[in-house]
Amino acid sequence: MKAFSVSKAVTALMLVGLVLLPLYSYLSGNIFIMTLFTRIVILALAAASLNLIMGFGGMMSFGHAAYLGIGGYAVGMLAQEGVGSGFIQFPVAIAASAIYALVIGALSLRTRGVYFIMITLAFAQMAYYVASGLARYGGDDGLTVYKRSDFSGLINLSNRTQFYYLCLTCLFAVIFLIWRIVNSRFGLVVQGLRSNEQRMQAIGFPAKRYQLVCFVISGMMCGLAGALLANNTDFVSPAVMYWTRSGDLMVMVILGGMGTLFGPVMGAVVYLLLEEFLSQITEYWALIMGPLLLLIVLFGRGGIMGLLGRLNRG
Amino acid sequence: MLLVVEQFLNGLQFGMLLFLLAAGLTLVFGIMDLVNLAHGSLYMMGAYFAATFAAWTGSFLLGALLALGATLVLGIVLEMSALRHLYGRDHLDHVLATFGLILFFNEAVRLIWGPAGLALPLPAWLTVPVPILPGIHYPAYRLAIIVVALLVALLLYLGVMRTRIGMLIRAGASNREMIGALGINIKLLYTLVFGLGAALAGLAGMMQAPILTVQIGMGENILILAFVIIVIGGIGSIRGAFLAAIFVGMIDTLGRAFLPNLLRQVLSGAAASTAAPALSSMLIYLLMAIVLVVRPEGLFPANRR
Repeated sequence: MKAFSVSKAVTALMLVGLVLLPLYSYLSGNIFIMTLFTRIVILALAAASLNLIMGFGGMMSFGHAAYLGIGGYAVGMLAQEGVGSGFIQFPVAIAASAIYALVIGALSLRTRGVYFIMITLAFAQMAYYVASGLARYGGDDGLTVYKRSDFSGLINLSNRTQFYYLCLTCLFAVIFLIWRIVNSRFGLVVQGLRSNEQRMQAIGFPAKRYQLVCFVISGMMCGLAGALLANNTDFVSPAVMYWTRSGDLMVMVILGGMGTLFGPVMGAVVYLLLEEFLSQITEYWALIMGPLLLLIVLFGRGGIMGLLGRLNRG
Repeated sequence: MLLVVEQFLNGLQFGMLLFLLAAGLTLVFGIMDLVNLAHGSLYMMGAYFAATFAAWTGSFLLGALLALGATLVLGIVLEMSALRHLYGRDHLDHVLATFGLILFFNEAVRLIWGPAGLALPLPAWLTVPVPILPGIHYPAYRLAIIVVALLVALLLYLGVMRTRIGMLIRAGASNREMIGALGINIKLLYTLVFGLGAALAGLAGMMQAPILTVQIGMGENILILAFVIIVIGGIGSIRGAFLAAIFVGMIDTLGRAFLPNLLRQVLSGAAASTAAPALSSMLIYLLMAIVLVVRPEGLFPANRR
């Protein structure tokens, strides 16, 4: 293995860019870019969590946006009931996501392949309808979060820079955690299950139990992203759980490179910047984005990370 | 009594509509092993085509017929230009590529027809209530949907099980290489099947159009229901799709109609009226969960692999 590789260099460049972004924003006076990138970092966190089950675990969840909603509603509902402390809101958001993931996972993991894709999709839709039916918490129209989570002076979420660095720290922490998980015995078993479930089971590993734990961990990570997202937009609505949002997350993972550590971050950055860029050119940006996705699927094996890897070898 | 019969028929009508959509989906999956999320877009296109052609020709039936042809052609073009290259790829690739197609279709519709919805008015002879039992009337149009869908189901059954093309389709589903080696043009066959599925989706869309408005994204919610149906019925099985569609249509309609009253008997009024809408939209997903716990492969798994 060479010491220098293109993909490593690009990844490092991107990470340095993300860390230094507030400085650029401060120097150039461009405030919008901070708002945009806070969103990108949060969704990158969600995409990284999806990558844990999809890329490493081989579980193609098409309902991952449900956790964004659950985490967000945990923050929004607690805030409305007068519980403003982030020390309560965030753990509740993560715990609620874990419980949902446990139930959904236990049911969905009975199936495999395309059934699994559709089941997770259907359950996320169910969560969407449940949220739409919450009349007390805004129903269809969503719920405004009037006050961001309060971390009693430790960190001020209403400060744009502090909030950005909180999100970025969460992202790095989650990626570090995923790295540790993937290289642990547990992670190796989960990856083994992706490659050959029957063989792993024959060796004596309880396949479903390992997969379920992985599924729950991923859900908790995405629940954290949901809690951050609700703080970022000061608003949570059923729309964050809509199935096209799950599709967006999947696209980010695939675009960046499934089963790579930093691929989903790369995917989120490129996908959301592309969306931003195209929507500035034309109102009908999806007209370009749609076929672009098709082309990426048809010709871009391994996503951006795969492409960079090939550059390195060629 | 009147309400029960009416809701029962509504459930049947909705179920039949869902069957048309699910049949195309399960056919394409069962035979080409292709997960087509854009199936809902074809449903939407069918409705838009019907509304446009009906306005042009001034005739509902002529418009519907033209729209049926248009969705068939659209399906064939879509298959030949894009989806053909996805056969044999990972299911995840199908999901992403067809997700891209949904974005494209929604945006194309916005560009061509504008963001506001269209209406597809019914001709007078379809709006009259028809007596079905002494003292009970039911809208002729909803009755027509049931009849048309039943006819389609019958034709589909006869076509797949009793004709030469149907035989080739079934053979192609079980072994693609072998039937190709026997000199059958499998590519053409697949294109035809996809076109057929598209036309079925279009038919469902245009039949639903006069009841609801024709709007962007109309195919997405109903697509998820179609997914639930083919998961319950067993992917690739038309018989399973038929039974599961009626089942889901009934449960959804009857749940929405009667659950609020039932809950009111148990809970206080306010609690019931908040819980009922959420619970009745959850009902079919609960049903799906139960089916999966008991039979992970669906109720009528197509006997493949």
